[in-house]
Amino acid sequence: MRGRDEEWTCLMRAANAGDAAAYRRLLEAVAPVLRAATYRGLARAGQPVDQSEDIVQEILLAVHLKRQTWDATAPFAPWLFAIARNKLIDALRRRGRRVFVNIDDFAETMAAPAAGDTLSPGEIAAHLDGLPARQRDVLKSVVVEGASIKETATRFAMTEGAVRVALHRGLASLASKLREP
Amino acid sequence: MQTDRLIAALAADADTTPRRIGPVLALGLLAALPVSVALFMSILGMRPDVRTAMHNPFFDLKFIVTLALAFAAIVVSLHLARPETSFDRWGWLLVLPVVIIALGIAAEMTMPHQRPWLSRLIGNNAMACMASIPLFALPFLTAALLALRRGASAHPTLAGMTAGLLAAGLGATLYAIPPCS
Repeated sequence: MRGRDEEWTCLMRAANAGDAAAYRRLLEAVAPVLRAATYRGLARAGQPVDQSEDIVQEILLAVHLKRQTWDATAPFAPWLFAIARNKLIDALRRRGRRVFVNIDDFAETMAAPAAGDTLSPGEIAAHLDGLPARQRDVLKSVVVEGASIKETATRFAMTEGAVRVALHRGLASLASKLREP
Repeated sequence: MQTDRLIAALAADADTTPRRIGPVLALGLLAALPVSVALFMSILGMRPDVRTAMHNPFFDLKFIVTLALAFAAIVVSLHLARPETSFDRWGWLLVLPVVIIALGIAAEMTMPHQRPWLSRLIGNNAMACMASIPLFALPFLTAALLALRRGASAHPTLAGMTAGLLAAGLGATLYAIPPCS
């Protein structure tokens, strides 16, 4: 765990220095860990674990938008897990009023599904339609369909800079939509 | 929505690192200062009779107490803006202004006086003070809340409380300045 933590910290420092590839590697490295932890957390709370991917995505979005609150002289993992824990609590609170049946114990020992397994539109995607038109179009193109910034710019006859701005604003609006009760 | 696509989109947005809370808070409070000073001038500047500066050795202590409160609350709120810090570790700083004022009261009581103790403690302008300090604090509170919203506090209520304390400290510092007559 120690080597892993140090690697994450180094990647995040590189990311803050402008290394997008390191940033991507970091997010790809933390996603399975977050998935397993979220899965465990949901199972322990007696909630259906099929929502774990939504929560993982919500955590990643929060990590992205709040990464300036990480102190670069401190290890990254405690910061990450604090964010993850708070997002999981938020998600459980939002679902608090529904009635759920406890799932079987074996769910706790199941491995976390690999990334990309979820084909359901999910909770985050459901919020996309509430965004301003341009942000929605760009997010659907980049995040849902997986198009690059360049392809998206060509498709909507926008400059790449404008796509980047719309992407950034869209991610921020999406996060604030998720915060609403 | 697939998690790996979300990660790709977040990596594409990597060069938009949000500004750190500290500088944002500093700029916000600096911008709030002229607004508070304008309120101060329009209310107390016009009515110099409302307050008579108490010229005694404890006059300067007012500034020390209010600035200690503002300083302690700023430090605590900046720590609370990070998700992995706990209030227990930094909250004791808020006791500092209370200790200073307790020492001041103790020192004051050792000196000979003609007025009764309670009237010396409360002073002559308690109502004006109670109304003015929250008013002068309001611009600082607005700036502090807007800045701290960029944080990722695990304890939003406590973060809001420290924002209120830092605004009160700054507002009271302004109030402690004798009216220009």
